[in-house]
Amino acid sequence: MNSLVLRPVIRRTGLLRDLPKAFAPQFAPFTSLSRPPPNYEGHVPLTVPERGLLAVGSAVISLLNPRRGDLIAALGEATATPYFIYRLRDAMLSSPTGRRILKDRPRINSTTMSMEKLRKLPDGTVGREYVAWLDKEGVSPDTRSQVRYIDDPECAYVMQRYRECHDFYHALTGLPIIVEGEVALKAFEFANTLIPMTGLSMFALARLRAEERRRALTMYFPWAIRNGLQAKEVINIYWEEELETDVEELRKRIGLEKPPDLRKIRAELKAQKKAEKTVRESVEH
Amino acid sequence: MSARPVSRGLLSAASSKHLRSIVPRVAAFHSITPKNDQSNSEPVTHFGFQTVKASLKATKVAEVFSSVASSYDTMNDVMSFGIHRLWKDHFVRSLNPGRRPGGQPMSILDVAGGTGDIAFRMLDHSEKVNGDRETTVLCTDINADMLREGEKRAIQGGYDSNRISFCVENAETLESIPDNSIDLYTISFGIRNVTSIPKALKSAHRVLKPGGVFACLEFSKVSPAPLDAIYQQYSFSIIPLMGQLVAGDRDSYQYLVESIKRFPSQSEFARMIKDAGLANVGKGYEELTFGVASIWKGVKPLE
Repeated sequence: MNSLVLRPVIRRTGLLRDLPKAFAPQFAPFTSLSRPPPNYEGHVPLTVPERGLLAVGSAVISLLNPRRGDLIAALGEATATPYFIYRLRDAMLSSPTGRRILKDRPRINSTTMSMEKLRKLPDGTVGREYVAWLDKEGVSPDTRSQVRYIDDPECAYVMQRYRECHDFYHALTGLPIIVEGEVALKAFEFANTLIPMTGLSMFALARLRAEERRRALTMYFPWAIRNGLQAKEVINIYWEEELETDVEELRKRIGLEKPPDLRKIRAELKAQKKAEKTVRESVEH
Repeated sequence: MSARPVSRGLLSAASSKHLRSIVPRVAAFHSITPKNDQSNSEPVTHFGFQTVKASLKATKVAEVFSSVASSYDTMNDVMSFGIHRLWKDHFVRSLNPGRRPGGQPMSILDVAGGTGDIAFRMLDHSEKVNGDRETTVLCTDINADMLREGEKRAIQGGYDSNRISFCVENAETLESIPDNSIDLYTISFGIRNVTSIPKALKSAHRVLKPGGVFACLEFSKVSPAPLDAIYQQYSFSIIPLMGQLVAGDRDSYQYLVESIKRFPSQSEFARMIKDAGLANVGKGYEELTFGVASIWKGVKPLE
């Protein structure tokens, strides 16, 4: 493995330093009949076998039915411990902006992010790109489920923050919400945040057509891994403060290149195929 | 009914409308389509006092609820490994609804009947075993959406509207049902959701004819103790998890297993039935599958 990948990987994972802490159990052993009281609203402490079952079940069902966003979220929570969510939380603690986010615990939903105000921002700003992307793809910031299966309240917030920022990552990279775009973005997120669910999402490649899969593997994955590792941790971006920043400037600041425009490529290929088809049909007649 | 947009309901695959419906709803059981729609030549059927068009024109709400209802059906199968079907079949067979030779057709009331599981079985049994197409079933529920789904299934199943009708009712009061009018009162997996069980039993006593039968199918206490320990573990661990995976709704199924735990034991409930004035049949109950479910029967005494 070349050093361009190895050094950032070692830096990103910090395994040797964090191993003992990350495996410490949160609760004394308990059973499903004697669950400890919740640590935050909606919290459900799960036993290890329950977490395993939830992980396996949600992985299988969400692969077969990708519209079950709630199960993709549950998979993320079930596989976040041990280690991975603690590493992400520590990455936030190591950065001044990350520490501020953890202190303020801002939430992203249609109440805290006024869509009307964002639409009035100048083109090319983060806020404008975000709301333009939401409008184009027809999604709303209110569709994210609450974190329930992570025991530490601070880590639960970190997961919630990651989930709510996902749409901003879409806006930052310009990747669309079709399966191809999601898989490319998840690959980037895995290289950057190391959340296991993002890595497990690579199984969704099986749902793509051969041509899309080839494009994902040859064009988007190298982009995702290279940028995911060399860019700064996107979890540390205080989005609420960056709404009026120019998108290009933000990308430069965190060290991210914009990937090829997927929708444009697909549209061009579709137009090309259509043109070839009409030529073929006119030749036949 | 729910404030959430329809599309979100589809993606989350379920809502907890059904299991949390304890609060009585004002009887606002509106018909799905406007009554005087002359422009459409689709056949209409009458259900009780409502006019309902064929299910092709079901509203978006009804469609959303169908997907919710079907995930609840799937959950019933997943939780009980399909055994709930056997319980319901046995329940209906042991009651033997339908006209006896030389007798009158029955008037049956199925309370908390929701989507019509028991009601349809009653009609089928009456017709196929007792050759009786005149026995009627009134299917009531506190939740209008469940009833709407039941109506749809009745149309799909080809059940005549003069044999089955649907009506919103609170099991504790049964307001629109006259005294001494029902031959057979059934309540299947519904009484544990009622706020005051004694009130529901008193209403049952009121609407039954003298000599009429009260029958209840409900979850009960498992014995022996080692089996119960396994059952409890399964209930509190697996069932809410399956609720999350299959129906996208952990909370409703957590409520379900807690309400099963809270329900009185077999003999306690048999005593409550006796206290409401319905004479116990034998020891009052019959256990199914080691006590996971039980059938209680009571008879309203002749004067």
